[in-house]
Amino acid sequence: MPVQRFRTTLLALAAGLTVSFASSAFAQGTLRIGMTAADIPLTTGQPDQGGEGQRFMGYTVYDALVNWDLSSATKPSSLVPGLALSWKANDKDKTHWIFILRKGVLFHDGSEFTAEAVVWNLDKLLKKDAPQYDPKQAAQGRSRIPSITNYKVIDKYTVEIGTADPDAFVPFQLAWIPMSSPAQWEKVGKNWEAFAKTPSGTGPWKLTALTPRERAELVPNKAYWDKARVPKLDKLVLIPLPEANTRVAALRSGQVDWIEAPPPDSVESLKGAKFQIVTNAYPHNWVWHLSRAEGSPFNDIRIRQAANLAIDRKGLNQLLGGLSIPATGFVQPGSAWFGKPTENKFDPAAARKLMAEAGYSKAKPLVIKVMIPSSGSGMMQPLPMNEFLQQNLNEVGFKVDFEVMEWNALLAAWRAGSKDPLSRGVVALNYSYFIQDPFTAFTRHVQSDLVAPKGTNWGHYKDPAMDALLLKAKTTFEPEAQTKVLQQIHEKFVNEALFLDITHDVNPRAMSPKVKGFVQAKNWFQDFSPIYMQ
Amino acid sequence: MLLYLLRRIFYVIPIALAVSAVCFSLVFLAPGDPLSAVLPPDATTELINKLKADYGFDQPLPVQFGRWVTRALHGDLGTSIATGRPVNSEIGRAIVNTFMLAMCACGIGFFFGLLFGIVAGYFQGRWLDKLMTSIAVTGVSMPHYWLGMVLVIIFSVLLDWLPAMGAGASGSDDWMWDWEHMKYLVLPAVTLSFIPMGIVTRTVRAIVAEILNQEFVQALYAKGMSAFGVFRHVVKNAAPTALAVMGIQLGYLLGGSILVETVFAWPGTGFLLNTAIFQRDLPLLQGTILFLALFFVLLNLIVDVAQGLFDPRIKR
Repeated sequence: MPVQRFRTTLLALAAGLTVSFASSAFAQGTLRIGMTAADIPLTTGQPDQGGEGQRFMGYTVYDALVNWDLSSATKPSSLVPGLALSWKANDKDKTHWIFILRKGVLFHDGSEFTAEAVVWNLDKLLKKDAPQYDPKQAAQGRSRIPSITNYKVIDKYTVEIGTADPDAFVPFQLAWIPMSSPAQWEKVGKNWEAFAKTPSGTGPWKLTALTPRERAELVPNKAYWDKARVPKLDKLVLIPLPEANTRVAALRSGQVDWIEAPPPDSVESLKGAKFQIVTNAYPHNWVWHLSRAEGSPFNDIRIRQAANLAIDRKGLNQLLGGLSIPATGFVQPGSAWFGKPTENKFDPAAARKLMAEAGYSKAKPLVIKVMIPSSGSGMMQPLPMNEFLQQNLNEVGFKVDFEVMEWNALLAAWRAGSKDPLSRGVVALNYSYFIQDPFTAFTRHVQSDLVAPKGTNWGHYKDPAMDALLLKAKTTFEPEAQTKVLQQIHEKFVNEALFLDITHDVNPRAMSPKVKGFVQAKNWFQDFSPIYMQ
Repeated sequence: MLLYLLRRIFYVIPIALAVSAVCFSLVFLAPGDPLSAVLPPDATTELINKLKADYGFDQPLPVQFGRWVTRALHGDLGTSIATGRPVNSEIGRAIVNTFMLAMCACGIGFFFGLLFGIVAGYFQGRWLDKLMTSIAVTGVSMPHYWLGMVLVIIFSVLLDWLPAMGAGASGSDDWMWDWEHMKYLVLPAVTLSFIPMGIVTRTVRAIVAEILNQEFVQALYAKGMSAFGVFRHVVKNAAPTALAVMGIQLGYLLGGSILVETVFAWPGTGFLLNTAIFQRDLPLLQGTILFLALFFVLLNLIVDVAQGLFDPRIKR
C-alpha cells in the first residue's frame, strides 16, 4: 500500500542516514595513505613520481637486486642484499660484476625469479629492439644506471653485469631497478598497459585493485622470501591527494590514516588533535647551487664563505616550525660521508669582513640574481625560505634579486646549466637534492665533464683535484676505504663553500594514533611491513 | 531552422582547429619540457633528446600539429605521456565524474537562483529583494577554493557529517546512486553551485523586474487574470534569457572546475587538467581542451535551439 511503502522508505532513509553519518569503520589492519602525488605511480616496475613513486610502488610490489636497509630510525641506511645474495667486482677486471641471486624466489604470478629475469629487465630499459622495451620505464630507469653497458646470464642464479669503466657505485645504481615478472608480461599479452593493471613483482605487497588517479589497494604477499618482512597489515590503500589542505582534511575527518608532507602550519593543530607527527633526518638537502661560470661572483671563495656565514639556519628552522635540520655541511649531520669539515655556522660579522675584503658592503652591495621556484618536489616552503635568506644576505653586503620560476621551468634551466639562456643569467639556483648515493650526493654536481647536455653540473664547476677525488671514490671497491674518500670529498665541498648550504628536510608525516609499528628510516624510502593498526 | 543547425555545426570545424592550435602553441611556448611527465628530475639533456626522438617531439611543430590533427579527425586523441593510457579513456572516465558533479551543482544553483531571482524581482526594492540580492552577490564573489575548504572544515572535520574528499569509499569505479556514494557529491556540488546561483539570481531578478513593469502585465491583471496566470506569462518571457545564462553556466561547470575538483580530489576533467598542466602532458592537455571546447560549442547550440522553441519570436 502506498502509505506503508512511503513509511518503509522513510525508515530506510533514516537508517541509512544514521549509519552513514557515523564514522566509517574499516576492517582491522587497513592503512590508508594520502600521497602528495597526483596519480598512482606507474605500477609496471620502474615507477615514476620520483622518490614517492619508488617508495609506494617500487619497493612495495617489487624488489631490486640490491635493497636498502629500512629497519632502523637511528643508524644511516645502507645497502643490503635484495634479490641478489652477494655481488663482487672481478678482481682482475673491475668492469665486470658477478651477482649471485637468491634461490627459490617467486614472482606474485608464481614464476621463478632467475638470472634470465634480470637480463630481461635490463633489456626492458636499455635495449630498444627488445620486445619488452618500454620507453616510459626506460625514461625513469636508464638515467639511474649510467655505467651499465652489458650484462649476461652465467647460470640460472648468476648474472654478470659490465660497465665501461670500473665503477664501485654500481650497487647503488642497481638499487633503483625493481624486477618485473617476464612471465606475467607474456601472460597479459606482452602489453605494458595490461601489465600495469595486474603487475607482478617479488615484493612484500601485491597490487589487487587500481583505479587510476584515485586509489590503489595492496595486500600482503604471504609467500614473500624475507619472512621477517611479510606485512602485518591486511591491506594498504594509496590515495593521491596533491593538495596539501585536502590531505590534512582527509586525515582529520578520518578518511585516511596517514598523510605525507603535512603543511608546516598544520602541524601544531594536528599534534593538538592527538595525531602523530613522525620525522627523521634523511639524505636530502636544500641549497643554493652556485654558478662557477666566468664572471660569476661566486668564483671568489671569500664571497662563497661570506654567504654561508651570513645564514641564520636556526632562525630559518624556527620559521619552518622546527621541521628542518640546519645544515652544518652539504650532507646531513650523521651521514657516514660527513667527515670533519669546518662546519657551517652563523657569523654575520665574519661575513661582513670577508665581503669587505672582496670590496662589498651594505653601502656598496654585491647585486646577485638567484633563480628560485614557487613550489616543487622536496622544495619545502621556497618563497618564505628564500625571502628569509635574502634578508640575511642583504645584511652583510649582498643585494639579492629573485627570478621566480614555475617548477618545471626551473628544472629545464637546471638541466641546461648556468651558461644557458634558460638560466637567465642567474648566479645561483635554489634546489633540493636527493643525496642518498655517492653519484647523486657528489659526482653529478661537480664532476667537470658532467655539464649539460651530459649531466647536471649546473654551475660548470671545474677542479682537477675534485675530479681526481671523484675518480678515486668511484674506483675504490672496498666500502670502508670508499667511505673515507667520500668524506674527503664532502670536506672539500664544505671547506671550499662550493654550495650555499642551508638546511635539510625531515620528511614529516602525520598519522592517526592507531598506526603502530612504523620505523621511519633515514632514507627516502620506507618499509611498510612492520606497521599494524590498533 | 535546419539550415541554421547545419551552419552552426559547420562552424565547429574552424573553432576546433583554432582552439587546438592555440592550446598546442601555448604548451610549447611555456617554459619546461613536454617530457616532464616521464622524466626523472635529474635526467640529462642527452637522455631527454633521445626520448624526444622516441616520442616524436624532435619534429617541427607544424609537423607535430598536423599529425595530431590527422589522428584527432579519426577519433584518436593520442596517449597520455605520463600514464601511457589512451587520452580518450582518460577523458571518458573523467567527464562522467564531472558531469555528475556539474549536474548536481547546476540543480542546486539553478533551483535557488531561479527561486531567489523571481522572489527578488517580484519584491523589487523591498527587504526580500535586498536579501536575495545580497545572497547572490556573496555567491558570485566568494572564491571557490576558500569556500570549499571552509565547508570541509565545518562539515567533515568538525562535525564529521560528510567526507572531505574523493568519489566514493572505493573510488568512482563502483559509483551507485545511494547515500553512501552521494554523500561524496554534497560538499563539492554545494561549493560549485554558489556562482551559478548568484549569476542566475541576478539575471532572473533583472528580467522579472523588467517584465513586471511592462504594459502587457498590467493588461493581464486588468483582464482579471490570476496572479499565477500572470506568473506563467512572466516565466515564459523570462525563460530565453535565463536559459542562455544557465546554458553558459552549465558549460563552464561541465568543463570541470580545476580548483574545486583539486580541493575535493574529485576525479573529473578539472583534476585531470590540473595534473596535465603541471606534468606538461601535452597529448592529455590537447585532447581534454579540444573535447571540452567542442562540448561547449555543442551546448551553446542546444541552448540556442531551446531558446527558439521557448520564444517563437526568435527566428533562426
